[in-house]
Amino acid sequence: MTRGIWIALVSFVLLGAQVFAQPPQGGAADSGFVPLSSLPPGEEMPAAPFLVGAYMFFLLLMLFYLWTIWNRLSKVEKDMQELARRQAGAPR
Amino acid sequence: MKKLFVPVLAITAAMFLYSPIAIGNAPYESTMRLVQKIFYYHFPAWMALTVSVSVCTVGSAIYLFKGNLRAERMAAAAAEITVVFGLFGLVSGSLWGRKAWGVWWQWDARLTMAFLLELIFFGYILVRNYGGPGAEKLASAMGIFGGATAPFVYKSVDWWRTVHPKTSVMTTLGETSPEMWYVVWFCTATILLFMGLLLAARVRLEEQRAALDQLYLDAEDL
Repeated sequence: MTRGIWIALVSFVLLGAQVFAQPPQGGAADSGFVPLSSLPPGEEMPAAPFLVGAYMFFLLLMLFYLWTIWNRLSKVEKDMQELARRQAGAPR
Repeated sequence: MKKLFVPVLAITAAMFLYSPIAIGNAPYESTMRLVQKIFYYHFPAWMALTVSVSVCTVGSAIYLFKGNLRAERMAAAAAEITVVFGLFGLVSGSLWGRKAWGVWWQWDARLTMAFLLELIFFGYILVRNYGGPGAEKLASAMGIFGGATAPFVYKSVDWWRTVHPKTSVMTTLGETSPEMWYVVWFCTATILLFMGLLLAARVRLEEQRAALDQLYLDAEDL
């Protein structure tokens, strides 16, 4: 009796493992690998925005940095001129 | 130096104008195709960063051990340029990674160390500008520390597992694709010249600031 229960239990576990190990139906494993070229256009990630984005970022960053250098340099030179003007006008 | 500025500027501008044509004519990489062309400014930006980190480290060391103020100004200018090129390197790498790896960012050895290097030099600028009296010395110590970190950033792809390509990509590029090799070194020369011009302009700003401070001190003595 006990032996029969054990055989039934082991058989259930082994068969159950087989049943639960089945891959999900309707997935990629059923239909095989899908080549990139056969994807609908909406599902492909386009490369151009990343490429253009990177080069545009470079251009904007460098223009902004050049502007900050030019702006700071102008301010310092203006302060120097202002100081020189005040010193020239000050009583000795 | 002033005599060289305009001819170098003209050459750099011409090279910049030609670089999109050179990049457009470079062959496509077999797996990444179009997005791989980010490489032609991404790699040169990190090369420019390497040079600016070196200038900052040497300048900081000269100032710290010899007290040379011109070296300190050079180091400060180079630190700012390091942050600018580092920012471009991180952003362009992120854009490239989104397409090539499917993620904007990965906390792996190379990317994390590059980010930390950027933070160190950003910290240098903050300390130097807002650190109060003696800030130049503290900032110089940070500059040397940043310089010591840079070789680890470079070798991180060889020493640890990372999604980033190894350094061997560049050492073998001349054999695997001479056309790509010529374009990447053309862009590197262009960006290094541009970095030299930025450095010259930025050093000029520091020199003028120092001259203005001296003028204020002289005015107070009168």
